[in-house]
Amino acid sequence: MSTPYAKLPAWADYGLIPLINLIVAFAVAGLVVLLVGENPLRAAGLMLEGAFGSGRNIAYTLYYSTSFIFTGLAVAVAFHGGLFNIGGEGQAYIGGLGVGLVCLTFDSILPWWLTFPLAILGAAAVGAGWAFIPAYLQAKRGSHIVITTIMFNFIAASLMVYLLVGPLKPANSMAPQTRNFLEGGQLPKLNWLIELFGGTVRSSPFNLSFLLALLCAFLVWLLIWRTRLGYEIRTQGHSPKAARYAGIGETRIIIITMMISGALAGMMALNPVMGDQGRLQLDFVTGAGFVGIAAALMGRSHPAGIVPAAILFGMLYQGGAELAFEMPNISRDMIVIIQGLVILFAGALENMFRPAAQSLFASISPRSMGVAASRSGGA
Amino acid sequence: MAENAIELVGINKSFGAVHANRDINLAIPRGTIQGIIGENGAGKSTLMSILYGFYQADSGEIRVNGKPATIATPNDAIAAGIGMVHQHFMLVQNFTVLENVILGAEGEALLNRSISRARSELRRLEKEYGLEVDPDAIVEDLPVGLQQRVEILKALYRGADILILDEPTGVLTPAEADHLFRILAQLKAEGKTVVLITHKLREIMAITDNVAVMRQGQLVASRATKDTTVEELAELMVGRRVLLRVEKGEAAPGDVMLSVRNLTVKDGRGCTVVKDVSFDVKAGEIVGIAGVAGNGQSELIETISGIRRAESGTVSLKGTLLDVTRHVDPGDLRDWGLAHVPEDRHHVGLVLPFEESENAILGYHDHPRYRKGPFLDIERIRQSAREQMTRYDIRPANERLKTANFSGGNQQKIVLAREIEKDPDVLIVGQPTRGVDVGAIEFIHKRLIEMRDAGKAVLIVSVELDEIRSLSDRILVMFDGRIVGERKGDASEGDLGLLMAGVEQREAAE
Amino acid sequence: MDFFNTLIVVLDSTVRLSIPLLFACLAGLYSERAGVFDIGLEGKMLAAAFASASVAAVTGSAWLALGAAVLISVFFALVHGFASITHRGNQIVSGVALNFIAAGTTVILGQAWFQQGGRTPSLGAEARFNAITLPFAEAARDIPVIGFVYYELLSGHSILVYVAFFMVFATWWILFRTRFGLRLRAVGENPAAVDTAGISVAWLRYRAVICTGILCGFAGTYLALAQNAGFVKDMTAGKGYIALAALIFAKWRPVPAMFACLLFGFLDALAIRLQGTPLPMVGRVPAQFFQALPYILTVILLAGFIGKAIPPRAGGVPYVKER
Repeated sequence: MSTPYAKLPAWADYGLIPLINLIVAFAVAGLVVLLVGENPLRAAGLMLEGAFGSGRNIAYTLYYSTSFIFTGLAVAVAFHGGLFNIGGEGQAYIGGLGVGLVCLTFDSILPWWLTFPLAILGAAAVGAGWAFIPAYLQAKRGSHIVITTIMFNFIAASLMVYLLVGPLKPANSMAPQTRNFLEGGQLPKLNWLIELFGGTVRSSPFNLSFLLALLCAFLVWLLIWRTRLGYEIRTQGHSPKAARYAGIGETRIIIITMMISGALAGMMALNPVMGDQGRLQLDFVTGAGFVGIAAALMGRSHPAGIVPAAILFGMLYQGGAELAFEMPNISRDMIVIIQGLVILFAGALENMFRPAAQSLFASISPRSMGVAASRSGGA
Repeated sequence: MAENAIELVGINKSFGAVHANRDINLAIPRGTIQGIIGENGAGKSTLMSILYGFYQADSGEIRVNGKPATIATPNDAIAAGIGMVHQHFMLVQNFTVLENVILGAEGEALLNRSISRARSELRRLEKEYGLEVDPDAIVEDLPVGLQQRVEILKALYRGADILILDEPTGVLTPAEADHLFRILAQLKAEGKTVVLITHKLREIMAITDNVAVMRQGQLVASRATKDTTVEELAELMVGRRVLLRVEKGEAAPGDVMLSVRNLTVKDGRGCTVVKDVSFDVKAGEIVGIAGVAGNGQSELIETISGIRRAESGTVSLKGTLLDVTRHVDPGDLRDWGLAHVPEDRHHVGLVLPFEESENAILGYHDHPRYRKGPFLDIERIRQSAREQMTRYDIRPANERLKTANFSGGNQQKIVLAREIEKDPDVLIVGQPTRGVDVGAIEFIHKRLIEMRDAGKAVLIVSVELDEIRSLSDRILVMFDGRIVGERKGDASEGDLGLLMAGVEQREAAE
Repeated sequence: MDFFNTLIVVLDSTVRLSIPLLFACLAGLYSERAGVFDIGLEGKMLAAAFASASVAAVTGSAWLALGAAVLISVFFALVHGFASITHRGNQIVSGVALNFIAAGTTVILGQAWFQQGGRTPSLGAEARFNAITLPFAEAARDIPVIGFVYYELLSGHSILVYVAFFMVFATWWILFRTRFGLRLRAVGENPAAVDTAGISVAWLRYRAVICTGILCGFAGTYLALAQNAGFVKDMTAGKGYIALAALIFAKWRPVPAMFACLLFGFLDALAIRLQGTPLPMVGRVPAQFFQALPYILTVILLAGFIGKAIPPRAGGVPYVKER
């Protein structure tokens, strides 16, 4: 049996179990808060306040979420193809190079709405290219993609440091970053969107790439569930043997899937680089590539789950930053813990509560369980 | 000391709804070789796994040397003097022979002494039973026959008095098998008790003292080998089941649609599993390939349908020669009119987490009917899935339901509907009704006959002799990778049973 | 002579920089040889570094600190075991999760307990593992070549350095000369063989991850109490992953693991030494190149261009008893 625990109703499978896992993750995080001598409930309240308390806070929350939507989608696409792309961090970092080069080249001659599509292409192409090598090595030489993508994260980091302290740094500057982009290399802010709903935002980094992220979420859904390619990716991911039977080329699917994944991760760079900082600088990814893993696991690799999961993490990032003002003992690193706990409980331990949930369901509605059991018994 | 090494009393074991062992009673006298014979899935391996502590019986008693024994783990079995040679060897491939032999029986925390002890013990066993094998060889470098010897040595090193061998000759060449039998005879001479599980009648006749026949979880007969015949055993093994009658008229074979010539195929481990096989299938006939599982049938149809590469030989489809020694795209074969219902529907023929309608297009997702540019035409796909479900009486009739939630029979109908509906010229079906309920069996058989009557070439592979006999116009029997005989569809069970057991081939060779 | 002196100094710092890699690499070796992939070496090392620095700051005892580090690291290892052995969860996911939990918890607790922005207080000499001068090192110092090598390279390291090199041979011995090692190697290759031999697969694997935890404890302690004088946020800085790369590079064998770690440590030492200095023939090589080199080499190795790194056959796959 490929799925030993497949006997829960769908709503429990997709709703209840993730919810239980999430609650446990937060409960453990609450223990850490207790451990440092603060009240977890008050912390949670402050965090919510910090994330949604004002228009500006909401704008920041959505700014962070934007990055996580991209990286979450990237991880999810790879998951669908049965691949674990742990290299989103590096693909996003290197994707910044695509954005940066496009902006530095065109910001003086093109308006932003012409630079933007070019930057999207640049980010996606560089991210996809960075994912191509591990994909090729996996498909053709059997190198474990988890290990190679980790290695590529570090190689990307070294490469970017080299470029930013060297070739890309303006001659008269000390800081390891490019020159500031002109207006043609900056995305418009979306503060008006919040103000439309009555919030007030004086300044925030919330920008147009949020809408691009939502569009990508829709496109990923379209790709995975509505196109022939997506069908092939899912078939390969669920059952390589069935894929071979169906005449689906394994090499081709591995490479295409990883390149799409890398392109999505690369596009994450648009948000901080072109949308906020207006220049390419060190370490702008700040772990978003890894948050993507958590978002994809929590969102069950479905865009409709990933977007809320990404917003949840955006909320944690923004709320956590505000929380740190009120409770100096709790810095933004609290989020890293929560993120780790979510990955642990929603990912590695996802089946821990399943047997309990199953026996619970069996005791409530023996009939529905009985039908499922006899079916699988006859299979 | 009791006379019987092992007594099994009233053993029962179920896996979910499957009653794998039903009230088994068996006494095995000490110092004899006991054969246990039966078709695949008759419950032989389950019974032996219970004896070795891998499973627990639901009820019943095991007595070892006359005393009731609780065997809850392999450790208990080892302590009771029971050793087992598994069908799939339980060896660590990159360990030496010595390391494999002492694993779990090291005796002390440091290896130095256990290794030198094992070395001298192996030398003794080697002399006593003719079990020569280089103790310092790495197991993965050894041929299969020697690996099996390591398994036997493992059991003997642990002091086994009772040795169970599960289908030991399946992976051996005839010469290796003969050597194994000499070893077993030697073990018997030394007073050990041997239990030999097999489905090969020849082996039973050649080596055992007593034989027990299992069928559908039950022990149907026990005989002294000298008092029985191959014919009787074949009949007991297959049983006089009520033949599922399928109404069918005379076949009207037409042109050759599928032609296989001198096909030779190796499996993943590099063993040649299909050996120089040639046959034709004509339009308007059903050709059945009979044989005990594992005799190359699976690899044969996988090669024909483009999933596996051949070493040599050719396949032609409607007169077009396919280069099967290179990669053939199964998608192209579909376009050229070949449809394939694979043996393993759970992992190959279906993607269980998919919706039914998604599985209804597996392999045909590029078909113009189902696509709109790069997109799938979801409406059309669901619509045609609904129609198929009605025509093939697939229940529950919900094309959005996860495929894993359908019963075995309905899953098989999903695959069959998909492959038949594309109106192929050649249809290959592996195990048409494995794990399928009786009602669905009849339905599926009727459809296959209809295909034949519509002038299609149908090739079926089944380990169910009944099924082969009731469907086929011609029957080919495979044994050890070769086609060892061809019979008409009305051949007798006994006749086929002998072919399947490799008896005639053996006689011809001698 | 000047070149010789420089070489010895670079080799000396090679040794220092290799030690955390070596501990972590050997740690990973136990787990992965038993069939449990562990990309959580980084997190365990980090948690251990924090635990040792905290305990050393509070008690002033380096040995107590080492004990605490080992305990915490083993705890993390057991969580990994619980997820991947008992609940058959995805080992990669579990490792990633634990790395995050370690990264976050160390800073949060550090800030709460010591109020120094996630650092622990700077440790005095008495609370650290200090350099030991080997016998006669001072006297031998002036003997040309041999004496200098003895003094500069072999002498003057903390006890943990010697422990690390000792562990290489201890690990080799355990793996290839003891019953435990035999079974550990077997369970990473074919757990079914171990199971049918009457040995508990789960308990064996748990023992392996405990060994991993212990050695990661040493790695973290070395970082915080020997190489540095306290804990700094994210002080492992990817060393756990380099150790993983070294493990692959060494094809999961102890003695080659030592050489792989020394190689990667040498690259690191060279990068520091060469900062800004042009090399003959090639000119200036950016330091980042040396930093990336271990990863690049590992990828090339994984691709099978220089030999083939074949991981333990059952690695990453939870054991399910077959029907």
